Amino acid sequence: MSQNIRFIQGNEVCVEAALYAGLNFFAGYPITPSTEIAEHLSLRLPQIKGRFIQMEDEIASVCAIIGASLTGHKVMTATSGPGFSLMQEGLGYAIMAEIPCVIINVQRGGPSTGLPTSVSQGDVGQALWGTHGDHAVIAMTASNHQDIFAMTVHAFNMAETYRTPVILLFDEVTGHMRERLVIPEPGEFPLVERLRTSVKEGVDYHPYLPREDGRLPMSDFGGKHRYNVTGLAHDMWGFPSNNPSVVQGLLRHLVDKINNNSHNITRYNEYEMEDARTVLISYGSSARSALHVVKNRRARGERIGLLELQTLWPFPFGLVRQKCADAKYIVVVEMNMGQILQPVRMAVDNPERVYLANRIDGVFITPTDIKNILRIIQGRGM
Amino acid sequence: MAIKDYIRERFFPHMWCAGCGHGIVLNGLLRAIEQIGISKNDIVMVSGIGCSSRISGYVDFHTLHTLHGRALAFATGVKMSRPELKLIVPMGDGDALAIGGNHFIHAARRNIDMTAIVMNNRIYGMTGGQYSPLSGYGTSATTAPYSNIDHTFDVVNLSVAAGASFVARTTAYHVMQMISVLKQAILHKGFSVVEILTQCPTYFGRKNKLGGAVEMMEYFKNNTTSVGSKAKQENPELIERGVFVRKEIPEYCSEYEKIIQRATIG
Ligand SMILES: Cc1ncc(C[n+]2csc(CCOP(=O)(O)OP(=O)(O)O)c2C)c(N)n1
Ligand code: SF4
Repeated sequence: MSQNIRFIQGNEVCVEAALYAGLNFFAGYPITPSTEIAEHLSLRLPQIKGRFIQMEDEIASVCAIIGASLTGHKVMTATSGPGFSLMQEGLGYAIMAEIPCVIINVQRGGPSTGLPTSVSQGDVGQALWGTHGDHAVIAMTASNHQDIFAMTVHAFNMAETYRTPVILLFDEVTGHMRERLVIPEPGEFPLVERLRTSVKEGVDYHPYLPREDGRLPMSDFGGKHRYNVTGLAHDMWGFPSNNPSVVQGLLRHLVDKINNNSHNITRYNEYEMEDARTVLISYGSSARSALHVVKNRRARGERIGLLELQTLWPFPFGLVRQKCADAKYIVVVEMNMGQILQPVRMAVDNPERVYLANRIDGVFITPTDIKNILRIIQGRGM
Repeated sequence: MAIKDYIRERFFPHMWCAGCGHGIVLNGLLRAIEQIGISKNDIVMVSGIGCSSRISGYVDFHTLHTLHGRALAFATGVKMSRPELKLIVPMGDGDALAIGGNHFIHAARRNIDMTAIVMNNRIYGMTGGQYSPLSGYGTSATTAPYSNIDHTFDVVNLSVAAGASFVARTTAYHVMQMISVLKQAILHKGFSVVEILTQCPTYFGRKNKLGGAVEMMEYFKNNTTSVGSKAKQENPELIERGVFVRKEIPEYCSEYEKIIQRATIG
């Protein structure tokens, strides 16, 4: 069977995967290093009778995709740090009103306008706590084109399953690098469609009454049920409420539906982990360098492995704890000041064994960088 | 259908103060919709945040109560993804023209088919009486204790300049005209703006010593006139009411359909 092989940029992979997953509506505002996603979708979406719109800013972009999701479509926007900051209020709205959507942040260096064309993983913490109030969020990443494809499809599936925004945290390197992608055949990845209510017309439909499993069957705007959607705390009708038990129930539901399903949401890769005494933990483009180090050192007999996280939030505490149980050195490799280091320290039994190998200067962390830091950590000097 | 059939009685009583003009707008809007006879299933009402924006909770349409200032952006997503739906977007003056000003001018510029209703009470009611961009020079508000030095927008001129293809103004006093212009606005294909001057006796009235709801409505009666009337020539201070602009220009979603055609042929 002939494979559909392409040699393209990471941002294009994301476009291919979103279309594969059933993307039908995109709203965005140009920003480096994510712009190619909007450019490609402006071409591709109308070809499948989907719709593309360039909005006046990122606030409008996230609001527009939420509106389009309510009419029953799979939706996405793409941005980078400054735009992601502007989207935070809309992100919280989608969490509160339980509207499926995918938000891509191709990270650049920050804070502020920062380093528009340089790599960073500085928005990992923001993805979790950028919007106000108690909540849970799903955020994922990937380090190579095949995985960018798989995780983008997974992001749509999780958004539709749990009726929640899903954030894809790519970065300047994964977004702009070119490598081979084998486009998966239709059907190779399962696709999730949102649950739709079976309540008949004329019968009371409670848009915000979760089923026992926490899922919330939806009715499309324009369909047979008319109901209210709001970002205010609301009851099962979607009507504003400040009744303490209603509010408590709503917040618990929003957090539990994600945290209790972490097993279904979590994706990761592991390399040479069986007997590893030194465990590298990394994600996104920095995991490429970490993998290089592992292969290189294994060849020379060192017991070293890589745990590559693909789901960052909800943080896979149990997984990290289990994988690090026998490790002497746990080294988090990331391009920020330790945003995943913190939860790793919380996850493992011996937090004093957790070290950071990072770069924060807009320069891609190389295998040599990691090796130099490892030498110090392992007490072998420079 | 009776007006009652357009209302979600379950969610009453409403939250508006006695004498608030927002309820009159609700009434006028429902009468306009009833007279046109659009099916409730075909209407999506999108609102932002403010006393005015609570209107969406009370009506039996598909209703989306969004974020302060962002109603038109949400509405754009709804409309583009289901162009056959009728979009009605009621907003407060702060909602539409302070925090939402950018979305307002861009929705007008695109001429996307929806009806924006600016419920202009010249104050931030919901947060307790701070000045809005529509309060005007010399007014009083909780954040303008020494008198307001901000100049106002003229919603009609702003909408026209931004490209809205239907622009009208009326007041909470002129209910029959309100129903009539709302009907025309809803039936118009393109971005329509209806500014409705409405009273907030609780804050704008009290802060500016304008009396209660009745006195404020009398003010609308005595200080407005039909657009292009002789009275306006004689007294330029009068505020004009009526339809200012109505033009047929390409509508955004229809234009996008052409893009789909172009993209699917090639
Ligand atoms: C981002 C944001 N900023 C501020 C507020 C607080 N806020 C709620 S309503 C409102 C103004 C309401 O005034 P207006 O839009 O004129 O409507 P009215 O209440 O007078 O009908 C403000 C400032 C908010 N909800 N969200
Ligand atoms: S505060 Fe003003 S705008 Fe708000 S409900 Fe009361 S009268 Fe109406």
